[in-house]
Parts: sequence; C-alpha cells; structure tokens
Amino acid sequence: MTVSEESGGPGSPTVAELPNDITLETEEGRLLAEQLADSRHHARKLLEVRNLSTQFFTRDGVVHAVDDVSFELEYGETLGLVGESGCGKSVTALSLTRLVASPPGKIVSGEIIFDGIDIMKLSSEEMRLLRGRKIGFIFQDPMTSLNPTLPIGFQIAESARLHLGLSRKASDDRASELLAKVGIPRAKERMGDYPHQFSGGMRQRVMIAIALACDPMLLLADEPTTALDVTIQAQILDLIRSLSEEFGTAVILITHDLGIAAGMCNRINVMYAGRIVETGMVDDIFEQPKMPYSWGLLDSLPRMDEEKGTRLRTIEGLPPDLINPGPECRFSPRCKYVHDQCRVEEPQLSEREGEGHLARCFGTEPGGWIK
Amino acid sequence: MANRTGALERPAAAKEYSSSLWGDAFRRLIRNRLAIIGGVIVLSLLFLLFFGPLVAPYPYQEQHLADLVANNNQPIGPFTGKYLFGTDDLGRDLLSRMMDGAQISMTVALVVQAVVLLIGLPIGAAAAWYGGKIDAILMRFTDVIYAFPDLLFIILLTVSFRDTAIGSAMNGVLLVFVAIGVVSWVGMARLVRGQLLSLKETEFVEAARAIGVSDFRIVTRHLLPNALGPMIVAVTLGIPGAILAEATLAYLGIGAQPPKASWGKLVVDGQQYLRSEPHLVIFPALIIALALLSFTFLGDGLRDALDPKLKGKQ
Repeated sequence: MTVSEESGGPGSPTVAELPNDITLETEEGRLLAEQLADSRHHARKLLEVRNLSTQFFTRDGVVHAVDDVSFELEYGETLGLVGESGCGKSVTALSLTRLVASPPGKIVSGEIIFDGIDIMKLSSEEMRLLRGRKIGFIFQDPMTSLNPTLPIGFQIAESARLHLGLSRKASDDRASELLAKVGIPRAKERMGDYPHQFSGGMRQRVMIAIALACDPMLLLADEPTTALDVTIQAQILDLIRSLSEEFGTAVILITHDLGIAAGMCNRINVMYAGRIVETGMVDDIFEQPKMPYSWGLLDSLPRMDEEKGTRLRTIEGLPPDLINPGPECRFSPRCKYVHDQCRVEEPQLSEREGEGHLARCFGTEPGGWIK
Repeated sequence: MANRTGALERPAAAKEYSSSLWGDAFRRLIRNRLAIIGGVIVLSLLFLLFFGPLVAPYPYQEQHLADLVANNNQPIGPFTGKYLFGTDDLGRDLLSRMMDGAQISMTVALVVQAVVLLIGLPIGAAAAWYGGKIDAILMRFTDVIYAFPDLLFIILLTVSFRDTAIGSAMNGVLLVFVAIGVVSWVGMARLVRGQLLSLKETEFVEAARAIGVSDFRIVTRHLLPNALGPMIVAVTLGIPGAILAEATLAYLGIGAQPPKASWGKLVVDGQQYLRSEPHLVIFPALIIALALLSFTFLGDGLRDALDPKLKGKQ
C-alpha cells in the first residue's frame, strides 16, 4: 500500500462528508443520536447555561469558583470568556463538559442545555460519548497536553475511531487529512512522530486537529495561545478562526487577553471572582464598557501609541478570596468609583445600551454616579 | 496501489506510519547491540527450557560410577575430556544437569513475573485510578500480604492446593512458582500505583478525557505506556530474586525433587564441596549470572526502546 493518495482514498470520509450524528453500537448512543437529530430542526441556541455554580470543597472551606453564571451561545458563534487568573473561566469551561475534578470540585446547581440536551442529566457514559464528538477541547499548554509515548497520528485518530466507528485505516487517513489542514507540512509522514519532535506551535496545531477530529459543534479553547510565542499566537488564532468558520463550529475562547478576544469573538463575557460582571457584543465592550473592572482590563493593555518608558497600568489590589464571599460587590475593594451602596449590596446584571449588553454595576446603572 | 509519482513516494513509503507503540519499539530495540546480545542469550536459554534434555550430552540423572571410582570417589573436575564441566559427587554430568535445570529456572523466572504482573498491575492501577476508599482497601490488602511471612505463605499455599489441577502440574513445581509469584507482587502493585498516581494528574489525561476516552482505555493506552520503563526494570530485577527463591525452597525440600535440580539447587548442593571442588558452585552460579545479565540487558533495551524521547539518539 503506498502512502500518497490525494485525500485519504476511497471510502474514508472527508471533513465535509462526515455523518453528523453519533454512530455507536450502544443503546444510549442511538438515543443520543436521535435526540441530536431532533434538536437540529428547532430554532434554538447551541448552548444555554443557567445559574451554573461550581464549588470546590477544600479543607479551608468551600470555594465558590463559578457562582451563578448564565449565558447563551448561538450555533457557530464565537464567545470570549475574559478575566484575570482565578476568576472561574476555566472552571466554567470544564463544567460545560463535566470535567471538573471530583472530589474536590462539584457542580452544585444550574442547568446546561447543549443542543437541546440537558447535560446535567446525562449518565457519565453518555457524557463521555458527547465529549470529543460534539464538544472539542483545546488546552492551554500543548507541551503537556499530548501524550509523550503515543505517536501524534494515533492521538488524532483515536477520537475519530472512538466516536465515528471508523476503521484503523479510515481514521488514520482522516487524521493525516486533519494534520494537513492545521498546517503541518508533510502531514502523512509526520503521523508516526512523537510530540517531542514538534515545536510548541506545531503541538498546538496538533491539539486543534484532535479537538476537530469529529467535527464538533462547540470548541472550547482554554487559553490556547498563552503558552506560545507572540508570533505563533497570531497563527494559531487565525487557524482556529478559519477552521471554525469552515466547519461552522461555535467557539468559546477563554483568555485573559482582551486584544485576542477583540480579534476573535462576536460576544464577550467578562468574568470576575466567579461571576459574569459584563456581557455584550465585542464592539460594545470595547467602545462603551459599563463596568469599572472592564475599564481596568482595557486600560492595562499595552498600546502602540504610548510614549516610551511609561509604566504599564495595572488594576490595584488582588481578586477576593472565593471562600465565603460577602454580600458586597466583589470588585468594590479594588474599585476607584466605589460608593457605600457597593459595600453592602451586590448589583445584579442589568441592561445597558447595545444588543444584549448587560453589566453588574450600580455606578453605571441609569441614574448612577459614574458618567 | 498504482505508482504514479514514484520519485516523490519513495521517501514517504520508507517511513511507513505505524500507530503501534510496539512496532516502533521493536525497530528501536533491534538497533541496540547490548539488548540484542541479551535477547539472543535469553532465547537460547528458552531453547534449553524446551529442548535442554535433547541436546544434553548425558541424561541428567545418569551416574557415571566407573569414572567416579577411578577418580577416588571424588567429583570429577571440569575440562577433563569426557565431562566438560565435571561431575558431582554422585558422578552425574554437571553440564547435563544445568541444561536440564534450565527447565525449572527459566520457568520460574517467567511464571513468577507473569503472576506478579497479573496480580500487581491491576491492583496497583485500580488503586491509583479510583483512589479514595478503593485505594485504601487495596493498599491495606497489599500491606497485609507484605507483612505475612513469605516462606510460611508459600508453604501454606503449596500444601492447600496440592490436590488441585495446578497442584499436580509439572510434578507440583508449577504450584510452587505460582506461590512465589503470589507473595512477590506487592512491589509491582506499589510501583504501578505510584507511577499512575503522578501520571493521572497530567494534562494529557485530562485531554484524553476531553475527547471521551473511557477510563479503561486511558489507563491501558495512555497511562501504562508511560509507566512501562520502571515496570520493565522491576520485572527484570525480579527475575534473579525468583530464581533464588526457588533455590531456597528447593533447599527446604519444596519444589523440584531430586534427582531433578534447578540452577539454584545445583549451587546449594555444590556448597559443601566449595573448597575442594569449586566448579560445582562456579558453573551453576555463572549460568544464573549470565541469565540475570541478559535479562537485564534485554530489559534495559526494552525500556529505552519504549521511551520515544530517546529515539533521536539512535
């Protein structure tokens, strides 16, 4: 058998031809597939998250890592989850696939409706069949997220073999096709290479190929470029954007870099201390942010037009302890515009100017003190 | 398949993609000279295991009494024409006895390590993967086995299973081997547990979960290959222990019964002539050492071959 055929050879599905339902031998799998097929005819959101709370039960107390978070995602949309370290971005993403380490973590309440399926009600086996098939995951550090003892071809093909029931040959063909798609030169020859033979950027491309192996409907990208060089960052982001457009995949992009979010996303959720503090279309967030924390994030971006030698601006102070948060606005200890009201009561998300633009701040509510 | 663009295809075809860890490992293994030497010796010892009695110059139990008497009833020394490695005090050819002993000593090496893997690996893996109560129960059970006196346990096992099918296999010797394995898996279980505990926290495990790989597959396909190195070293280092444990038991009269003799038993029997006829100890000891060394070389080679990071160096 020779190796170079144009696109996998006869019989092996190309990306476009892939069956869009779960093909499994198990009863649960077939039910799930029917459910999925059903859901496609209705006009609904791809993802609805309602009042999601995830907590970690540690020796020091209960950490409210994600606290009453609600948001929605349309089919094919790109949503940014933005915030500093420890604000609950990653835990939110892990909760969506029920991958939060348990113990100590636990999703204590909330509803996650993914493509019409109530994720919280699935058995762990059904959940496993959904992961990788319908929801792809890209992790932060490509150096440690690939198994050092397995050839990358195997790691890409594994998901297709598990979920699509492809044969060894067909899944290998598909893997090399994907590898070429994510921009690895001589993809076919490199299938047998191991992760350490790739650079960081190349490995992240491999991770993307793994995440897209089954043509998922949702891609969760958890800081996909944080561990990479700046020049590579742009390439990886471009790749994620072009592939998600090509496959029609919705993306949740988790990042602490507003610049990245601005370039990639349709909408942005700003998270702080386990809560969403502002959400809106990307233009609204950048042009008329309505929450002092968002201003802080925007201000702390380095600028090209700044004079040399100016110090980078930071947000003073540290995020609050998420064990037993008080009733006050969680940003109030660090807020320059804080009033007495903020220290006793937490504002709710309320509407601002712009489509779906919500902010959690008394000061910018109509009649508030911040202009 | 039709060859249209031959010039371009050849280099690619030369590096045929293999998604199997073992295929890659084997290719790396045969490039390692020491491992090949070890492997060849192990293979020839395995050959003795099956065909030892056929290639031996004499039957292992035959007493050459006339020659013994001619030698003043003393064991005949080595390199004296007729008997390459000499004879023992009963006039039996030492070389033939060693060839026959390969049967017991090689079997003990393999059976004991197989039992160790069969018990230790799943227990260690389950303890590490599930953690919590399962871990506590399995590891306390392991501690109990560890604390129990080995010899007593082996004797108890051999006595209580004497009348079963396994008890009568290979004249009851197989049961002894299994019993040695049953007391020796503790180290393997702890090793596997320790390795997997650190491995299961790695991000590639989370990544595997995120694409929906089942628990069983994560442990067998993703975790164990990463733990193979230390496991192979433990197995190869365990082989000498098993061969010597068998010798100890033979000394106590459990296991191979005279006139059959394992390598360990030959050493033990030769001890009393250590001063006057050292060859009775030296040759069996040498073959034990040779076996251990070649298993170690082979094990080292396997460990290197299974570690893809060393690939570039060869």
